[in-house]
Amino acid sequence: MSDSKRSVIKPYRQPLGDKLWRNFVIGVPYFWLLLFFLAPFAIVLKISFATPIVALPPFTPLLDFSANASHWLLATWDNYRFLTEDNLYWVSYFKSIKIAAISTFICLLIGYPMAYGIARATPTTRNILLMLVILPFWTSFLLRVYAWMGLLGKNGIVNSLLMNIGLIDTPLKMLYTDMAVYVGIVYTYIPFMILPLYATLEKMDTSLHDAAADLGAKPWQTFIDVTLPLSMPGIIAGSLLVFIPAIGEYVIPALLGGIDSLMIGRTLYDEFFVNRDWPLASAVATLLLIIVVIPIMLFQRSQQEQE
Amino acid sequence: MQKSSRFVFSALCFGFAFLYIPILVLIAFSFNQSAIASVWGGFSLRWYAALFNNEQIIDAALLSLKIAATSATFATILGTMAGLALTQMGRYRGRLIFTGIIAAPLVMPEVITGLSLLLMFVSLQELIGWPVSRGASTITIAHITFSMAYVAVIVQSRLSSMDQSLQEAAMDLGGRPAQVAFDITLPLIAPSMLSGWLLAFTLSLDDLVIASFTSGAGASTLPMVIFSKIKLGVTPDINALATLIIGTVSIGIIIASWIMFRQNKRNEAG
Repeated sequence: MSDSKRSVIKPYRQPLGDKLWRNFVIGVPYFWLLLFFLAPFAIVLKISFATPIVALPPFTPLLDFSANASHWLLATWDNYRFLTEDNLYWVSYFKSIKIAAISTFICLLIGYPMAYGIARATPTTRNILLMLVILPFWTSFLLRVYAWMGLLGKNGIVNSLLMNIGLIDTPLKMLYTDMAVYVGIVYTYIPFMILPLYATLEKMDTSLHDAAADLGAKPWQTFIDVTLPLSMPGIIAGSLLVFIPAIGEYVIPALLGGIDSLMIGRTLYDEFFVNRDWPLASAVATLLLIIVVIPIMLFQRSQQEQE
Repeated sequence: MQKSSRFVFSALCFGFAFLYIPILVLIAFSFNQSAIASVWGGFSLRWYAALFNNEQIIDAALLSLKIAATSATFATILGTMAGLALTQMGRYRGRLIFTGIIAAPLVMPEVITGLSLLLMFVSLQELIGWPVSRGASTITIAHITFSMAYVAVIVQSRLSSMDQSLQEAAMDLGGRPAQVAFDITLPLIAPSMLSGWLLAFTLSLDDLVIASFTSGAGASTLPMVIFSKIKLGVTPDINALATLIIGTVSIGIIIASWIMFRQNKRNEAG
């Protein structure tokens, strides 16, 4: 800012030290992200066109200039063709999107009234409640998923409780089902929904509610016509923060879901670690990236609008 | 109005019960004498004793702490630089791409980040012979990459909401940008850098997927060991471990928020 001001008065030449400092501050994190975040995607894309072989690393090079090579370009669409032909992958993609979308909606249903309650509480209570929301977020994600294994298992707490009351005679199958996956996702991701919702609800001008009430609106009318539209940025940010990572979730379906709980993150992980088919895993990752890239861009836009 | 506030109150009660009951049950059963998860056999510390005799878990915990401390420190340095580059440096070429890729690791599915980093390491090894082997160092680089985004977002929001007049005054008095950054800006954003460090530390300590992809044969972090154990079902010594981790983190967070709360109060009073 001060640079532009000075340049109006007289031609300003930045001292060398200042220029170095500026290039250093911008360049180092920029280079790091280009090298370890952006460039790796290009490599994933490249390897998704390779052929798996039993070697280290287990895929063929794309370019072969050696004398005995029949073609110099060895790229193949086989991995993608295989993805479209095998039902497994379609089912995985579709199921991941479905589970992520429904979980996001449940998070919104539970999280909205909570965020509303926190935003309307007295300042001291508000701080305590906020800390209670953030606290689980800091404690181990893996262990919080694990906690549900003890609750939902065949000999778990919920089953023994229900049997002691006499509601059921034989234990219900709850662990290793899709229901357990929903519970796990909602449980671990709900702080991400509550916090952005709280941020928009807390900033909201309450005089609009008073005005609506004075003009004769019922509480639910005020909510639908005033509160809900005004809290839309929070709803969008929170939903994307839940939806995008949930699509690729691996840990929750692996621990709480059944063998048939095919979420794409788990399919990719197994393709890589169990089948050791790196090119196919890369093709799965590329398609997953295509699915999440639009929500990610929406998320970034919503972040920039908030600033 | 009365009816709606009753609804909000019950939603809050339900929500917090949902968030806390599983953790409390887990903690309670870590003191269970019985080895069967749902049968209470009396109070006992035997699973804690078993835990401290388990060398695999102790080694993995030490490795995880080392990786977490290193990666959090580098992530804080790089993330703070990124935050400065996004708020204090005006316009430059490629700024749009920079803003684009700085927030993306926050929401990127872990399997993609993990796979892409691993393939990057493998390609680098073929090209320039580095990294020689995968293990603690590659996990650390991976953790720096995704947690620097969290630090950058925290630092950036502090920088953009901050009063710029002190820095402008320092510049007007002839302070060079680097000098102003170290003498004025960094001390002002130190609390955000600290919370960024803590967040990066816990994220690293907790990560399973990215570490599994980027680790080699030798190195197993604590989440990797825990995961391989609990995949087969509930084990009481992991309950004990969970209680220790959750207890330590919770006490740390409560103390930190209490200190911040008191400082805010003092600032308001002064």
